[in-house]
Amino acid sequence: MIDFRLDRGSGVATYLQLVHQVRHALRLGVLQPGDRLPTAKEVVDKLAINPNTVLKAYRELEREGLVAGRPGLGTFVQRSLGGASATDHARLRDSLTGWVRDARSAGLDSEDLEALFAAVVLDSFRVGEDTA
Amino acid sequence: MTVFTATGLGKRYRRTWALKDCSLSIPAGRVVALVGPNGAGKTTLLHLVVGLLTPTAGTVTAFGQAAGTTETLARIAFLAQDKPLYDGFSVADMLRFGAHLNPRWDQELAEKRLAELEIPLDRKVGKLSGGQQAQVALTVALAKRPDLLVLDEPLANLDPLARHEVMRGLMAAVAETGMTVVLSSHVVSDLENTCDWLVVLNRGSVQVSGDIEELLAEHRLLTGPAELADGVAARVTTVDESRTDRQATLLARTGAAAPPLDPKWTVRGVGLEELVLAYLRRPEAASLPRPVLAGT
Repeated sequence: MIDFRLDRGSGVATYLQLVHQVRHALRLGVLQPGDRLPTAKEVVDKLAINPNTVLKAYRELEREGLVAGRPGLGTFVQRSLGGASATDHARLRDSLTGWVRDARSAGLDSEDLEALFAAVVLDSFRVGEDTA
Repeated sequence: MTVFTATGLGKRYRRTWALKDCSLSIPAGRVVALVGPNGAGKTTLLHLVVGLLTPTAGTVTAFGQAAGTTETLARIAFLAQDKPLYDGFSVADMLRFGAHLNPRWDQELAEKRLAELEIPLDRKVGKLSGGQQAQVALTVALAKRPDLLVLDEPLANLDPLARHEVMRGLMAAVAETGMTVVLSSHVVSDLENTCDWLVVLNRGSVQVSGDIEELLAEHRLLTGPAELADGVAARVTTVDESRTDRQATLLARTGAAAPPLDPKWTVRGVGLEELVLAYLRRPEAASLPRPVLAGT
């Protein structure tokens, strides 16, 4: 069974940390279809976090079709995860290259770029508006 | 559904108002953090909710009934700041005492919980460590099987490990029962990740009341050149600000989406502690839900 941990100083919302850890375990094959996720009470009893946070993380995973709740039994893994497809990778890389070129011609150096990228990523996960 | 509602609630001790014009509504199933500096009125508010005090002004209702009636008291457990236990009682006596006073008492839950914590039932309460005493007090409160659990500074005087243990036990109980918890503290870091509703009390008034995630998503820290600060401050609701001759930092309520700003400004999210401190520094700022019609 998956063992959740918290990085309290990371600035990433707690429920998203749980979501990321499940996805990571699915990519690595630590979690497989049919495996049961720990109950909210089990997670809470270990991490001392609000149970609604766990339920929110599970709802998010359910929405993505990765897990499914069975009333009275628990939450079970539905499918494994291979990460984004090679085509998606290539497409995203292309658009990022374009963006970097644009930013450099606007006068940003590599540190400026990294700071801006990190700020946008952090902001995106903090607000929790986009989890993809 | 709301668990308790205060309307224009006030409490005066002689000539001093400990709490004034306090209007507040707490939804069911929440873990509520009541924070504020010492003397802000936290304990007074909690005592009014559980019926230990009667209001000087306004009203407070719990589960739709006046606070302090026998029916409401049967559904509320209250753990006072000094964790009142009888030092001369054994732990088993303490449970027997709880069983006699509470009609919904769950002896099995109490014994199971204490066994998991490895607290011996035959030990005298006075011989237990501070953390164990806190756990016994919490166990008595939980065995009452309340719909609303009110805790006044439950973590005060506990070491970091004991704080974590108490919070773990509390969160596990919430996961199991779905009860509403209201806990007061002046240490905000204790409440991060455990509470999902924030109430900030300052100088006897409610300054903030809302869902913690929504509050965090609505506030941002804006840093930029001082000469542009007035223009920005006019477009957002500033909670707190600090300025030097060159730079200005505003903690602002911007709404869910960040406003488009001059690129000289950096925008980042805020943490719970940052948010609370900003409001406490500016008692005139407030973030309250719009008034809701009675009965909704």
